[in-house]
Amino acid sequence: MSVTSKILSFGAVACVGAAFAMSAVPATAWEPSHPIEIIVPAGTGGGADQMARTMQGIISKHSLTKQPVVVINKSGGAGGEGFLDVKNAKGNEHKLIITLSNLFTTPMATGIPVNWKDMTPVAMMALDEFVLWVNAEKPYKTVKDYVDAIKAQPDNTFKMGGTGSKQEDQIITVALQKAVGKKMIYIPQKGGGAVAVQLVGNHIDSSVNNPIEAVAHWRAGKLRPLCVFDPKKLDYKDKIAGDMSWNDIPTCKSAGLDVEYVMLRGFFMPPGVSKDAVSYYVDLFKKVRETPEWKKLMADGAFNQSFMVGDEYAKWVAEAEKLHEGLMKEAGFMAKTN
Amino acid sequence: MFEDIGNLMHGFAVVLQPQNLLLMVVGIVLGVIVGVLPGLGGANGVAILLPLTFSMSPTSAIIMLSCIYWGALFGGAITSILFNIPGEPWSVATTFDGYPMAQQGRAGEALTAAFTSSFVGALFAVIMITLVAPLVASFALRFGPAEIFSVYFLAFCSFVGLSKEPPFKTIAAMMLGFALGAVGLDQMTGQLRLTFGFESLLSGFDFLIAVIGLFGIGEILLTMEEGLSFRGKAAKINLKVVIQTWKELPKYWMLSLRSCLIGCWMGISPAGATPASFMSYGIAKRISKRGHNFGKGEIEGVVAPETAAHAAGTAALLPMLALGVPGSPTAAVLLGGLLIWGLQPGPLLFVEQTEFVWGLIASMYMGNIVGLIVVLTCVPLFAAILRIPFSVIAPIILVLCAIGAYTVHNNTFDVVMMLVFGVVGYFMKKANYPLAPMVLAIVLGDKAEESFRQSLLGSQGSLGVFFSNALVSTVMTLGLIALFWPIIQEGISRVRVAMGAARPAQ
Repeated sequence: MSVTSKILSFGAVACVGAAFAMSAVPATAWEPSHPIEIIVPAGTGGGADQMARTMQGIISKHSLTKQPVVVINKSGGAGGEGFLDVKNAKGNEHKLIITLSNLFTTPMATGIPVNWKDMTPVAMMALDEFVLWVNAEKPYKTVKDYVDAIKAQPDNTFKMGGTGSKQEDQIITVALQKAVGKKMIYIPQKGGGAVAVQLVGNHIDSSVNNPIEAVAHWRAGKLRPLCVFDPKKLDYKDKIAGDMSWNDIPTCKSAGLDVEYVMLRGFFMPPGVSKDAVSYYVDLFKKVRETPEWKKLMADGAFNQSFMVGDEYAKWVAEAEKLHEGLMKEAGFMAKTN
Repeated sequence: MFEDIGNLMHGFAVVLQPQNLLLMVVGIVLGVIVGVLPGLGGANGVAILLPLTFSMSPTSAIIMLSCIYWGALFGGAITSILFNIPGEPWSVATTFDGYPMAQQGRAGEALTAAFTSSFVGALFAVIMITLVAPLVASFALRFGPAEIFSVYFLAFCSFVGLSKEPPFKTIAAMMLGFALGAVGLDQMTGQLRLTFGFESLLSGFDFLIAVIGLFGIGEILLTMEEGLSFRGKAAKINLKVVIQTWKELPKYWMLSLRSCLIGCWMGISPAGATPASFMSYGIAKRISKRGHNFGKGEIEGVVAPETAAHAAGTAALLPMLALGVPGSPTAAVLLGGLLIWGLQPGPLLFVEQTEFVWGLIASMYMGNIVGLIVVLTCVPLFAAILRIPFSVIAPIILVLCAIGAYTVHNNTFDVVMMLVFGVVGYFMKKANYPLAPMVLAIVLGDKAEESFRQSLLGSQGSLGVFFSNALVSTVMTLGLIALFWPIIQEGISRVRVAMGAARPAQ
């Protein structure tokens, strides 16, 4: 009984909240008429999946849409399955896809015929960060110690763990090798959580985990962050481990390791959708960004909270594609064109 | 230690609140339904229901979600035994003896044994978690790629050579399984393999689709050929069968204990429940006096895999909480849930969120007890399903299989694949090719390959990495012993025969 009454009272609160939200924002011409699908081109439990599911929770908790939101994982072929699904759903205004860097890397590495230009850009929700982590037992306290240690050893001695193959983690590794001038062994794992645990267990020497994947081990004193691959330092100043905050981690470039990388967490829709539908979702995402749950997710994962829509977003994506093409070519990761 | 017990008691107090008890029963029932529908599975079930829990307190939410998990674990056994359709990878081994038992009219017995064993396995693992949680977490850290591969190696070795079919057919079926498992993206190089340019093959052959087809559809085709009737329609349908089976079960305490230990160990090492169930079944068959009877409806063949799978499934939650690495897809979704509720899985969770952690552990105890009661009272009901005429039940099974296959990836192509696998399964059975080795290869093949290649990457190609420390050497040696066990056993029996021949002379 108490559960029912709880749900009822919660529903009532939510309705009031929704009514308030509706009155605050000018009504758009387009409204969803059936459930909205969010495609995740990755497995359950990863960063994109967590973000999509958090948004699903936020939207239903605050009743931001009249129709329910459904999250569907299509991870086959390094996410190619999900992108193809959206590309082929021409004109479907109830389908969105959340991206990670595989938007660029998967078509390049596998030759799967899909490109961001085949889809409609909606919005950049955030940029995900990459941090260079080492085991806290290891003697290297700074980037310089770490780089010197690699240089002191022959090629293929240091082991770098990362998520997937020919994707963002390996791209950073290749760039890092180039900056240091020594080859490393790259060991791909299925997920970022597994990479962090392999590092804690000393089975690898370093990782470029996203903040959220490694923060628990940092707080427990098992891992040490050396530098962040964003061009600027992270904004979050709350103490995480000891008296260190995310803001205290130097950028890799300032620490003498000239490698920069951030990962897009953004949304696309199928081709041929109306402008009204796109602006409906842009408004929806703006509302999502105002909720405390979203702010908490951003702080937990130390995300870069850049938000872009329209031409600005499309321009950013086009530049990111060019950057990836350069990196992938240089690393020899491009699929042979038939 | 005493502080922990105090925390646990506090956890029980939280769990026993009427609201939470109600959530628990709701969770179990939903979980059983999810488990019964093949393909829907615990991971999808939890994912669908996750948003419902955002308005609850984290403790209530995890109680409900973990009960869905338990319910799905229990439910997976039902279809395995009644229809030869395993709903989850770790239920495959349960079909080997569970389904023959159902065909002999002993469905009630098989279900009771399966549910009770699941309960025993899970309970054993929870007690272990309660007592040695911190130790266990640090043990899990010792598993690098080589160690993980050695565990898969042991799982394969303890299973090879089990089937009655000629070794050549076993190997052929297993190789076919490896080939099917290799389709899709190669995790190590990021290249597509064996897709021949077909976009539908990008995601490879999901284990569940293969199994639903090979076992479920294949079985229906066979039954149709044999005259459209279930052989198990004489199933007894009263609760006495539960009591009768319970009287018999204590005999197998040694088997249960061994299966519990195998399960816990596999659950903590990141290999998980599926190899645990296969390994436990394989070892039970080798050691049991009635081993020759396995596969023909032997109750020990139900007890061994179910106990181990559930001990492993439960023990696998520990690395998830303590290290943040999910041991199964369901655990991965639960992990996402934890983050949304603002809880950070990791070494500090046990220190910072004591109420949550001990509430969860208490809910594991209670959830299993409530689950056992719920499913046991339904045993006659489940067994009675077999009394429904085949012409009515077969279309229903077909529809459920199709829904299940579709749900795995939301892909209609998978439904077609399921039917193809059904026909393949039918012909393999007709030609006496064993299905189990093929399924084992599809489920574990790509994971074993991945850890094998990770190890060799790390060692720069040297196989010495598999004997580089005490842990990995021990597991590899155990694997080799298991592989050559038939030869060793023959050696032992020859010695025995020789001694036996000597004895009458005395």
